[in-house]
Amino acid sequence: MLIFLNHLINGISLGSVYAIIALGYTMVYGIAKMLNFAHGDVIMVGAYICFFAVSSYNLPPLAGVLLAVVACTALGIVIERLAYKPLRQASSLAVLITAIGVSYFLQNGAQLLWSSNIKMFPSFFTGRPIELFGGELKITVTTIVTVAACIVIMLALTWFTGRTRMGKAMRACSEDKGAAQLMGINVNATISMTFAIGSALAAIAGVLFCSAYPNLTPTTGSMPGIKAFTAAVFGGIGSIPGALLGGILLGVIEILASAYISTQLSNAIVFAVLIVVLLVRPTGLLGKQIREKV
Amino acid sequence: MKKFLSLALALAMTLAFAACGGNGGGQNDQPAGSQSAAGGDGSAAIKLGGVGPLTGGAAIYGNAAKAGAEIAVEEINALGGLQIELRYEDDAHDPEKSVNAYNTLKDWGMQVFLGSVTSGPGAATAAESNADHMFYLTPSASSTDVIGGVANPLTGSVDIQRRDNVFQMCFVDPNQGSASAQYISDNQLGSKIAVIYKNDDIYSTGIYNSFAAKAEELGLSIVSTTTFTTDSQTDFSVQINDAKNNGADLVYLPTYYDANALILTQANAAGYNPKYFGVDGMDGILAVKGFDTSLAEGVMLLTPFNADAEDEATQSFVAKYQEKCGETPNQFAADAYDCVYAVYSALKDEDVSSSTSASDMCDLLISKFTSMTFNGLTGESMTWSAEGAVTKAPKGMYIENGAYVGMD
Repeated sequence: MLIFLNHLINGISLGSVYAIIALGYTMVYGIAKMLNFAHGDVIMVGAYICFFAVSSYNLPPLAGVLLAVVACTALGIVIERLAYKPLRQASSLAVLITAIGVSYFLQNGAQLLWSSNIKMFPSFFTGRPIELFGGELKITVTTIVTVAACIVIMLALTWFTGRTRMGKAMRACSEDKGAAQLMGINVNATISMTFAIGSALAAIAGVLFCSAYPNLTPTTGSMPGIKAFTAAVFGGIGSIPGALLGGILLGVIEILASAYISTQLSNAIVFAVLIVVLLVRPTGLLGKQIREKV
Repeated sequence: MKKFLSLALALAMTLAFAACGGNGGGQNDQPAGSQSAAGGDGSAAIKLGGVGPLTGGAAIYGNAAKAGAEIAVEEINALGGLQIELRYEDDAHDPEKSVNAYNTLKDWGMQVFLGSVTSGPGAATAAESNADHMFYLTPSASSTDVIGGVANPLTGSVDIQRRDNVFQMCFVDPNQGSASAQYISDNQLGSKIAVIYKNDDIYSTGIYNSFAAKAEELGLSIVSTTTFTTDSQTDFSVQINDAKNNGADLVYLPTYYDANALILTQANAAGYNPKYFGVDGMDGILAVKGFDTSLAEGVMLLTPFNADAEDEATQSFVAKYQEKCGETPNQFAADAYDCVYAVYSALKDEDVSSSTSASDMCDLLISKFTSMTFNGLTGESMTWSAEGAVTKAPKGMYIENGAYVGMD
């Protein structure tokens, strides 16, 4: 039982990292209706900026995180302006391919700038882990911070898109860009804003991801990016609570599958579960059921 | 029309990005060519080519090998006599790209191939070079799939026929696995052993298979065997818990240091502090920027190269490498350095020139390699069998105060 609880905690810890990345994916997809495959690489850039701010310039960790957020926000806006905006009227396939191109561009750019040697991300949360059952069960501070950050971000995003003027404009754009424009909403500015928020989230996700799993290389963001994308689809892409639920579930399934079935097959099992969920509920766990008009 | 235009634009952009990435590699390649051309008179120089991951996730190995080989070429060309022109191509640790890079080098007029740096691509280029009868000496592609002709320890069958043109500078994987089992048994390093290996990597599985076979023969007790893949190389909690719950006091890690650094960090966070035993892939863990080297205290490993060795050759190489790359060389750099010198020492008294055909060069080098003894940075009195594997003694090391110390 204790071992099971231990695996469960590890699963939640891994899942919360997926969830925080998935929130950024789902946010951009929900509004701009595009899959930003470069999201995972923005995470990597955020982690590098924070790493260098703290280890090379000796800034306090919080300043490092803020710097990463500012830099990634700017990066997100620049990427949107240069790579995606010219394709606003293009087919979604063209945008998808461009996103993959941006992803490779960021990976190779990072390698040129910072070399491919791995760097160990410093642990910011050095507090003692919470011990239960006489030290048999440990919950690290990183896990607690990540889960808390996930929930706060989820609530903040739900409030933002539901209640604020900008949020309403975003939802309007996502429903019908043309109509939104007729109502006086600046569609381009709204979509840029979405990317800015998504990229700021990516910076936070990068720092939290690397605090939990400290290997930092130019390809650090790619696999978690794909897993988080899976989590977003699992929870229902475009749904903000869905991203959180999908991420946590994906992490727990991955850990339990490798613990109780096979470490070799864990990824296969994760994706098998995804396929089953999509067969039963094509829009994901919390996705909106939309009937296509013919 | 508009749609077509934007699609074309998207394509152009993607291509532009790809070109940017490619440029990075190109810039890296530039100094190598210009240096070697400046070193000697280009016309008489024999052409050595190498392929390795200069970009991508495994770039650290390819760049180290390239830098090591370049240092050797600079030294040799400064001596006068036989001159060498060196060219490295990028394969991004991808078998298909590795074959393309090999073909590029062949078009350039390569006479001796310094192999692929990593095992997966190495097996692909080995097959190509065998068909071309091009001499192939790899610094670090240690899998038996590269040299061929070795029986799988689990099934006993020979899956790939011996490729007579292929030789290795590094230990072949089964030797590492069985040598580690022998070492653990001889020195009674652990009573209960856990193994964590990477099962989508022929390097790691090759070592694991021979380790498991030898451990069974020696009666070592392996209580936990878990795996991971490139895609799941993030969270090791399950593997660590399994080892911990089975009471393992020694963890054997036939994996590369990037994963090992994570395993050590996560095990420590989980309050599990066993002894660790690694192979040559563990080398490099102390150079990871930001890694808490106190976690690696007491880690044991088998490696052919020790950057802290006192001898003059090693010291001079380490100093040159540090000047060139700003970091301490790992075994890949030393192996590649040795490769160039081994080829040089086999050819220096022979009548070869830039016009000798690759095939004649191959015949000559095969006969030389199977008869000569070579002293290098990674071993004394190395010899090669006709099977292509090198014979040299692995050095047992352990980490003390953030540095390697010989075990014996």
